Amino acid sequence: MSEKKPALWLRIYTFIVYLYIYIPILILIVFSFNTQKLNISWHGFTLHWYDVLFNDAQVRMATGNTLIVAAVSTVVATIIGTLAALAMTRYRFPGYDASEALMYIPIVIPEVVMGISLLVLFVMLNMTLGLVTITIAHIAFNIPFVALVVRARLNGYDNAIDEAAMDLGADEMTTFRRVTLPTIMPGILSGAMLALTLSLDDYVITYFTAGPGSTTLPLRVFSMVRFMVTPEVNALSTLWVVIVFVILLIGQIAQSRRI
Amino acid sequence: MTAGEAIQARPARRPLLKTIRESKVAQGLALMAPANLYLMVFMVLPLILITGLSFLSRGTYGEVEFTFNLSNYARLLDPLYGKILLYSLGVGLGTTVFCIILGYPVAYYIARAPARQRSLLLFLVLLPFWTNFVIRMYAWIMILRAGGFLDAFLQWLHITDAPLRLLYTPTAVMIGMVYEFLPFMVLPLYTSLEKIENAVLEAAADLGAPPTRAFLRVTLPLSVPGMIAGTILVFIPAMGMFVIPDLMGGAKTILIGNVIRNQFLTARDWPFGAAASMILMLITLAFTFYYTRKAGFSEELLV
Repeated sequence: MSEKKPALWLRIYTFIVYLYIYIPILILIVFSFNTQKLNISWHGFTLHWYDVLFNDAQVRMATGNTLIVAAVSTVVATIIGTLAALAMTRYRFPGYDASEALMYIPIVIPEVVMGISLLVLFVMLNMTLGLVTITIAHIAFNIPFVALVVRARLNGYDNAIDEAAMDLGADEMTTFRRVTLPTIMPGILSGAMLALTLSLDDYVITYFTAGPGSTTLPLRVFSMVRFMVTPEVNALSTLWVVIVFVILLIGQIAQSRRI
Repeated sequence: MTAGEAIQARPARRPLLKTIRESKVAQGLALMAPANLYLMVFMVLPLILITGLSFLSRGTYGEVEFTFNLSNYARLLDPLYGKILLYSLGVGLGTTVFCIILGYPVAYYIARAPARQRSLLLFLVLLPFWTNFVIRMYAWIMILRAGGFLDAFLQWLHITDAPLRLLYTPTAVMIGMVYEFLPFMVLPLYTSLEKIENAVLEAAADLGAPPTRAFLRVTLPLSVPGMIAGTILVFIPAMGMFVIPDLMGGAKTILIGNVIRNQFLTARDWPFGAAASMILMLITLAFTFYYTRKAGFSEELLV
């Protein structure tokens, strides 16, 4: 589209929508440093809530659980999803359309339905609900998203560079490892990044597949904010925002260096 | 056909690895196999299970009785559930409409921004959504609750002099929903709008179309695929949402998602919960098919 200067009303409107997006986050951050508990107005600067947060054993346990689930499900889903993306962009095989349709399930099925159906499966298989079942569920909804992202990257792939490598005497495996893989790595990384964020963010599916002792951070925060407002959650949120921001920044820098 | 069957169809003496190395079809199947297997077991099988479950009934102690019947679906015809279903549809559509109203101008603005700024502007729309969903809703609770930030702000401006008591109302639920799903509308809309070539707009201008007319006759129709993708991405999760009504609607706003959750976790009537899930799924699938048939399953959905 053109680069003409947009109309004044459009600029104001856009600015207001950005305010709508950012004001809640800013309020969260600012009031994590407020001395007063019923944080409506500003009373003074304190790090007290961070101290409370770090000494909260339940939050610490939930953080550990969340990180385990996120790490394992991201790695597994990224591997399986990348293989699927390779299959779908470079090969034609019987059942291709059905395989593709499978990939759209998590987009067209509401989360609550996916959550309860997994719960039913786990109960029928007599599996104890806990970190294992949460991780299995996260892998399931992450595979399609990783595959979609990696596929998008592979669609723009120039096969001539593979052919060049093979003309120079590399076998298929070497070509894949030394040429294809490094080229599509940014795509794989952004797929992994998406899987990681989806896993960290998930409440609904985790809610149905978690058992006693496997509370994740989103579940813990939910029970903390259900009936009251506590600055400890503001402190947690602020740390979360900062950490996510740093990870994204590192990802951006890594990608821009590569390209 | 699975990878195993494909290989068995060949002469049995050939070693598996060799077959895979030589046949393109076998290679494709082998690469696809882990994803297919995993999704069959942990996505398709569970859906088949609840389909079956929806035709069974609940025993006295919450156990499942294996007698085939349609009573769960008959119960869903009760006006009480009909109302909840209609209300959920309304909330889903309302969320979608507000996301378009808020998101379209923003997507348009980003698409017309200088190329260097676009990715930053888009990144800024997405940034808050990399924090946690529950955290975002908590922020809105702080703003909307009686005596919260919105009340304080409005009273400071002397617009109101008493608390609005917005939290735990349907309005609060809508505010939370629109906030949560806005990026799913902006992203595909942007993808569509960004693809429109300058030449097309110049042609419209050269042919004498004033900007408004050019927008209505050229830009808007060309952005329909993005709007449809955004609608699917917003409507489906909004329709099934139960957490936002829980947190921000108090006990007053009950959507179909809340009914399903309650049947599985508190009422322990799994067959009825399964039947409610089937209805929800049928609505969202019908919706998706209707719109994708109109526009094709566009790449906008895959951002």
